[in-house]
This record gives sequence, structure tokens and C-alpha cells, in this order.
Amino acid sequence: MVASRDEMIRSMRRPSLLQRLTPGDWFWAALVVVATAVTCTVLWDAMNRYEVVITLFTAGAMIGMGWHWHGGRLYMGLVCAVSLFAISRYPDLAAADSDFFLRYLLSSQSAIMWMSALFPAATLAYGAALFTGNDFTARVASRLTWIAAGAGLVGLLVRWHETHLFEGGIGYIPVSNLYEVFVLFAVITALLYLYYEGAYRTRQLGFFVLLIISASIGFLLWYHFDRQAYQIEPLVPALNSYWMKIHVPTNFIAYGAFALAAMLGVAYLIRDRVSDDSVWAQRLPTLKQIDDISYRSIALGFAFFTVATILGALWAAEAWGAYWSWDPKESWSLIVWLNYAGWLHLRYTKGLRGRFMAWWAIIGLLVTTFCFLGVNMFLSGLHSYGEL
Amino acid sequence: MAETAASMSASRPDSRGQPRKSLGGIWLEFLGSMNLAITLLVVVSIASVIGTVLPQNETFNTYLIQFGPFWFEVFRVLNLYDVYSASWFLFILGFLILSTGICVSRHIPSVWREITRYRTRVREQSLLALRQHRHWDSAHSTGELQDVAEAAFQAHGYRTRTEARGDIVVVAGMKGAATRIGYVLTHVAVVVIAIGALVDGNLYLKFQEFTGNLQIETRDLRVSQVPAESWVAAESGAFRGNVTIPEGASSEVSFLQMRDGYLVQELPFTIEVEQFRIDYFPNGAPRSYESDLVIHDPTLDEPIRETIGVNYPLTHRGHTIYQASFTDGGSSLYLTGHLLDGSGQVMELDARVFETYDLQLGGLERELRIDGFELLNINRDTRSVERTGGSSEFINSGPSYTFTLRDEAGQAREYRNYMAPVEIEDRWYFLHGMRTGAEEPFRYLHIPADHNYSMDTFLAFHQALHRPEAVASASRRAADGLLGQMGVPGSELGDRVAGTAHGMIDTLLTRGFGGVSAELDERAAGASRPGMIREFSEAVLQRTLYEVYRDVLADQQGVMPASIQTDSRQRAFFEEAMNAVSAAAEYGAPLIFQLNHFEHRQATGLQITRAPGKSIVYTGSALLTIGVFLLFYVSQRRVWALVKPGQTGGGELLMGGANQRRPEQFEEEFEQLADAVDQHLNPADDPAREN
Repeated sequence: MVASRDEMIRSMRRPSLLQRLTPGDWFWAALVVVATAVTCTVLWDAMNRYEVVITLFTAGAMIGMGWHWHGGRLYMGLVCAVSLFAISRYPDLAAADSDFFLRYLLSSQSAIMWMSALFPAATLAYGAALFTGNDFTARVASRLTWIAAGAGLVGLLVRWHETHLFEGGIGYIPVSNLYEVFVLFAVITALLYLYYEGAYRTRQLGFFVLLIISASIGFLLWYHFDRQAYQIEPLVPALNSYWMKIHVPTNFIAYGAFALAAMLGVAYLIRDRVSDDSVWAQRLPTLKQIDDISYRSIALGFAFFTVATILGALWAAEAWGAYWSWDPKESWSLIVWLNYAGWLHLRYTKGLRGRFMAWWAIIGLLVTTFCFLGVNMFLSGLHSYGEL
Repeated sequence: MAETAASMSASRPDSRGQPRKSLGGIWLEFLGSMNLAITLLVVVSIASVIGTVLPQNETFNTYLIQFGPFWFEVFRVLNLYDVYSASWFLFILGFLILSTGICVSRHIPSVWREITRYRTRVREQSLLALRQHRHWDSAHSTGELQDVAEAAFQAHGYRTRTEARGDIVVVAGMKGAATRIGYVLTHVAVVVIAIGALVDGNLYLKFQEFTGNLQIETRDLRVSQVPAESWVAAESGAFRGNVTIPEGASSEVSFLQMRDGYLVQELPFTIEVEQFRIDYFPNGAPRSYESDLVIHDPTLDEPIRETIGVNYPLTHRGHTIYQASFTDGGSSLYLTGHLLDGSGQVMELDARVFETYDLQLGGLERELRIDGFELLNINRDTRSVERTGGSSEFINSGPSYTFTLRDEAGQAREYRNYMAPVEIEDRWYFLHGMRTGAEEPFRYLHIPADHNYSMDTFLAFHQALHRPEAVASASRRAADGLLGQMGVPGSELGDRVAGTAHGMIDTLLTRGFGGVSAELDERAAGASRPGMIREFSEAVLQRTLYEVYRDVLADQQGVMPASIQTDSRQRAFFEEAMNAVSAAAEYGAPLIFQLNHFEHRQATGLQITRAPGKSIVYTGSALLTIGVFLLFYVSQRRVWALVKPGQTGGGELLMGGANQRRPEQFEEEFEQLADAVDQHLNPADDPAREN
């Protein structure tokens, strides 16, 4: 017999979010909560109330991400553990040369150099996997990317600690100049890629995405060796603000997503060119899948870019006196925003897909790169913190 | 927004076969059209790019020099020097606001329909055409089937509406309609932000200028002298102004930089700066700087006292005061000037930074302007760790000051002096920098510091070289000594040799060793043994200078010159003193300054803004953020259950659903829904159902 309405609803209800969580999820949440509590206790005096809010928000995001993306969970946990280990061996700057782990693996310079070696290696592995179709090679490439992204993030976290080791209290979050944000860019782009790699279960797009990451590593290495950009310098007063902790990372999530979408556009065009019965067509994902990831990436990038630009405006209002000064960086941000808004409009309203949109995504990266780098290199303005 | 047939149709109000659209309707359609918006946006983007590549708001002179008269005029007419305030730019922005507003308002009816309509009027064929659908032939009655369907929908978060048509019952469910709200929010947000931006734009000022009520002031005047047409009344609109206030002073205006001039913006209160402080990093860069302000406002009972710093502004009466920069506030420099004409004259001057002084220097006139004063000069010095045993690799060279000397002809040279001597390779020097133009680097005159770390010995030496008797006796002694060494006696030869020394010293003072060398070349040119002549002459000069130096030392110590024996340190001093004398020939100033004492006074650079539209823009930004996330991450899903009596008694249930945005993801969701219904209808003992 059919039960009463309410009983039926109750019985048919999907398990709620809380019920769907596995023990592993609960453990992860507990771990993050404990870690956050310890952090807040230890660093309470060093944080102002905004930074406490940012910490809590980050903890929430980590929990959410860990529940949604199990691969990311392992990554976050390992990066935190390794970073803490590195910091424990780093009581002063001299330890970087004397301690074995720091010198060869974990000091920020070592970790970033490892990252700079592993990303190109991953690129080659992904390329080999694409050309041979060998699944083992693809898995190796994937692992290399994970480790490289881990090395990069460890490098940044250890660098954060290092800035606090300098005399004069110059400690700051290492996203303040072009060198540091290039590391951040490589890490974020890699993580975004790895997320989609897991979600869509295809490793054959890795080669394309890793190409842009390797290009950024190339720039990073040049900047390191030619301009000694790795040296830690104190922040200018205008950058000494909690806003930097939120404006810069959100911006780079957007840049990473746009870069990802552009390289997927390249993959799309190539997939479009090969004939359907060739071996490439088998290996590469379908056009629809590539297009789908591309769209999701641009949507994510656009959402975060909107947030980042607004945060930038709020910060500018506090530091420079006006939320919008038509500064070259701000103007170009508007242009990037309009560019991707246009892309999204055409997809939503006219249902446009295909080669045209793939090309647009690629050209969008050029616009984004000019906003990111070109403005700092060629144009002057208030935003010259990232000067070459 | 028009994707599949099941979604909202592109419902244009005037496309249902009406014979003619009204003119207003056509205009509305055009203004709200995407094509227009895109065209306008492209123009705005290009204009923005121009604004980034072409430095904005520089003086007209700069542009004139850069582009030449023709293009300068072309760009000026197009207002490319202030492109973001250009009338055509603002016009296009206004057009965009209009276009977006119209577009949104035209779409709101259909959005509203999408949110509120459940589409209970579907037909069986439509449901069968959906990719996600399932069919049950069940023994349960239609009433029971309806209950199960409704419960299933509600259990999965859908809001339902049921409609019966004859013996067919349709249960329609919907969720995720918030995404449509996201669409509305994002576009409304754009309009709201643009309105806020216009409110904060300088339209009011442009209008006043256009009607002739306001005129830009281009001269460098004291505030009280600026005519009334260049004053803007307090609280009359949005503005962004700057003002530099020295410590202890106050201001009730700020200055709006406009093209090649400025306007004076009145403030409804007075800002007083009690103190300004800078905190430095070890490497000399500023870590933070802050000002202690007092706001005197007649409407307040008590003045407001607050400290502002970079990133920590103060807001009062809609005006926000930011710590933007700092500069010198008219520090007092107590200078002593030593004339270099040999008179030994000394002048004392109590100067202040940014002031100009007319100097009368024994027949010469110079205009002195003190340009700046730096309290710290910090550089990296890796050797300081070894030397001082300290842990710091930075060394502070002490205060420095810059000034300009302009002669009677109007030619100016810029100078830079350090107050204290600086150590270079274990020896101490007073650095006096000079340059003839701002693009050049400073060239430094290194005056050796004596055992008391002062310039006195050098100045005495330099002065002695101007005194004929001193030079004469020294050159005589030198000549005698040299000739004696060569074994050539004779006072007549000695006189002549001494005479050449005198000439060479004069040349040294006016043209340096280079000049001496050139002269010697000339003199030796016609001679039979030029090399020997040169060598001898140089030896004479050297020896003479040395004798003068011994005279100076003797004077200092109060003994006879003959008893002076110089040690290595004094000889080293002598070497450098000679070099300095030579270099001084190019110094270009009739005197050398020494800073004895200073009183440092700083001035804080404040930026004051009034942005009444700020809260509008912030509201719009919040709407935009919420709207974007709703738009992207919520998708509207619809499900239907069509229940009709079965052919063999019982009932038939046809369920279908769609999610235009994420069809693949919906497949899984629909399966779950259908399985849940399945569980209830066929708990393992009902007759077979078909898909």
C-alpha cells in the first residue's frame, strides 16, 4: 500500500549533504578545523580581524574543496605537512644552507627549482602519452604535475615563512611581485587542469595545458637568473594590506582558468582538424567534451575575475583614494572582462560553439597576458608593483 | 537565453504578426539590441586602450613635444589626453547604460514568466521527445501515481504544481529558477554601477567649465591669490584632490589637477597636520608613513583627532582623506658657504628648503634655490659586516640636500651635498655632486676629510694656492730642491722655474690637470726634448703643491714648514687634495657649502576624495557578484509527471525532465528521481514496467 505523503517524501528524499559524507570526509573536515584553530591561536596577535575572517573563509573553502575533490584533499594535506616540516627546520635564514632538507628540497628556492624542472618533465610526458597513446605514460605525467604543483605551493608557503625571518619584520604573503605570482600562476593553472582531468577522466589534454605552464616557467627562470628576481624585498606601504591576500589569488584563479581555456581552444582546433577515424580522434576527447571544459573554465574564470576586479576596486579606494582611476591596469582589466563577457554572451544567447569560440578563447589569452604582463612591462601607472 | 524549444522562447512583444511596428518600438528594439551594445563596447574598449597607451592628463607641453603641432592638435580635439572624461566617451557610456537598461527591461517579462510558470500544459508527445523520460504502466490508481510523483519531486527539492485536464493529470516541478534572477541581477548591476560612476564623474565640473563659470588656473600662485573663477565651492560634487601640508600647518582646500592647470576645491572643514612619521625598513625604504591629523569643523563640538596611514584613510562628512605621499615641509638648513676665490671668505646662511636666495659673492651674483633635503641615504654595503662586525648590510650615509645655483646669465646647475663625510675604501670624503641637467647623473667632487673629519685642511690648501706669496715661496723652495737634486745650482734658473710653477697652478685652478697637460703639450711641442720638459714641469708642479701643503700643515701645527715631515696618511691626503683641486675647476660654483645643522620638517601628501556615488557602485558590485554566481552555478531544471488512466485499469505514469544548461549532469539526477519512483511503485512485486 502506498504510505502517507509525508512518509513517501521522507523515504524518497536523497541523502542530504551531511549524510553523504564519508568517514574520510569527516576526518578531513576535523583535520582542517583543528589546524585552523591551532593557527588562529598561535598567530592571533599577528592577525587583524580581516585576516581572521580570511583564515576562516580559507578553512571553509578547503573543507568544501576536499569534500568535492578527493584528489585535492591528498594534495592539500601533503603540501601542508611538508611545509610545516620545512618550517620546523628553518629557525633562521642560515639554515637554508646548512640543513639538508632545506638546501636540496624544501627551501623556497629549492622547491621552486624542483617545480621548474618537474613541469617541463610533465609536459614531455604528456606529449609522449599523446603521441604514443600509452596510458602508463599519461599517469606518470599526471603524477609529475601533482608533484610539481605541490613543490610550487610548498615553495610559496616556505617563502612566506622566509620573509618573516628577515630582520626588520618585513614578512608578507608571497604574491606581491611578478616573480612570486608567476609561481602562483603555474600552481593554480596546474591544479585547475588536474581537477578537470579527474572530473572528465581524460589525460590527453594535459600536453596542451602544460605547454602554457612550461612557458610561464620559462619566463620565471629567465626572471630568476637574469634579474635575480627571487630576492626578497620589503613591501611598499601601499601593498601592506590584507587585501593582497584576497585580490591577488582570486585574480590568478581567473588567469589560470583563462589560460586553461585558451589551451583547450588549441586542442579543440586540432581535434577539429584530424579526421574522425584517425588515431588522434580516438585519443583526444570529443569536441563536445573539450568545448564543455572550455566553457566551464571560462565561466569560473569570469566569475573569479569579476570578484577580483571588484576587490581590486575596493582596495584601490582604501589605498589610492578612488575605486576606479582608469589606471592602465584597471582599464585593461575592464577590457579583459568585456572580452570574456562577450564570449559568454555569444555562447548563451546565440548558442555559438565551435572553432570561432575556440579562436576567441585563444585570443582572449593574448588580451589577458597583456593585462597581466604587458601593462607592467610597457605602460606606467599606479599598479607598477609588478614592474620588471 | 534562447536555446531550445522547451526553454523560454525569444518572445518579442511585437513579432506576432502585427502589421507594422511603431517608431518607438523600432527605436526600443534597436537600443536594446545586442549588436548595438557590442559595437559600443568595442568602441569603449578601443578608447580605453588608447587611454592606457597614451599617458593621460600630462601637461599640454609634454604632448606638444611628443607629437608635434599637427598631431597634438588632432589628439587634443578628440580629447585623447583625458579620454575617460571626454564627452564622446561619456556619451557612449551613457548609451551603453541605456542599451543595457532597455535590454533588461524588455527581457524581464519573459524572465518573470520563466520563474513563475510551471508549464503544466505539456503534452504527452513533448514528454516523449525529451531525452530524459520514463514510462510506467502500473496497477496503482492515478491518484496514487500522482501522489508518488508529487512526493518524489518534492523530495528532490522541486516545487510542484498540479493541473488536471479531463482525466489527465500533469504534475510540473521546477527548481533552480534563481539562475534567471542571476541574469537580471548582472545586467541591472551594470546599469547601477554605471549610474554610480556617472555620479562620481566630473560631469559637474565639465558643465561648469562649459558654461564659463569655472576656469582652470595655470600659474603657480599662493592659494589666497587664485582668482574666484578657479575656486570650486565645498560639497558641490565629486572630486579627487591633493594637498601637501607641512607639519604644524593646516589647509582648508585641496587642489584638483585638471589638464595643464588646477582648480582649488574648498573643503567644509580644516585639516591640521600635527605630526608626520615615517617608519623605515632596514634597507631605507619606507615601511609605512602616517600623519596625525586634527579636523576642525564648525559643525563639530570637538575637533576630530586621528592618525591616518597608507591603507588607513579617514572619512568625515563624505570626504575621505588618504595618506598618499610625503615630501619636505621646508626644513631649515644652517649652511656655511666657503668661497673658492682664494679670499677665504665665509658666509653663513640660514636657508629653508624650497626658498630662493640672492647671493652676493664678492662681485658675483648667484641665485640659490634649495630644492630638497633627504634625512636618510641608505645603501647596501656588504663590507660593513666585516668592518663593523654588525649584522646589518645596510649603511646610512647621513643627510643630503640638493640645491640649484643660477648665474647672472640664467644658466643653472644642480648640486647635491652630503652633510657628513662618507667612507670610500678606508678613506673619508665629503661628497659634492653637480650636474648641468636633470637627465644627467650627478658627478661628485670628493673632498678629502682631514684628521678632524672636516674640510678645513682642504679649504686652507685650496685657498693657499690662490695666494701669490704663498705660491711664490713654495715654488721657490720646490725649484731649489729639484734643481739641487739634479745638481744644477743657480738662483736665476730657480726663479724662472718657480715662475712656471705659478702659471701651472693658475691653470690647475681654472682647468684642472687636463688643462695643465694641454698647456705642457703646447709648450713642449716646439722644444728639442719634449719628454724631458714635460717630466720636469710636472715634477715642479708636484713639488710646489707639496710645499704649499707643508705650509698649510705648518700653519695648523704652529711650526716652521721646514720641520714638517709627512706620514703616509698625510701624503695620501695630499694626493686626494690635488685631485680635488683639479676636479674643483669644473665644479662651476664660486663657493662650497657645508651643512652644520638642520631642523627637519616634513610635509604630508594627502589625497582627498569625495565620491557620493561610491555606495551606488558598491551595491552594484555586490549585485554583480551574486548575479554572476547565480547565473553560472545554478541551472534551471524542470520535471513533469503525466498521469492518465491505464488501458487495463490502474494508471500510466510518464515522467520527463530537462536541464538545458547541464544535460549530462541532469541525466544522473533524473535517474535518481525515476529510481525513487520505481522503488515506490514496484517494491519487487508489481507487474513489469517498461521504459
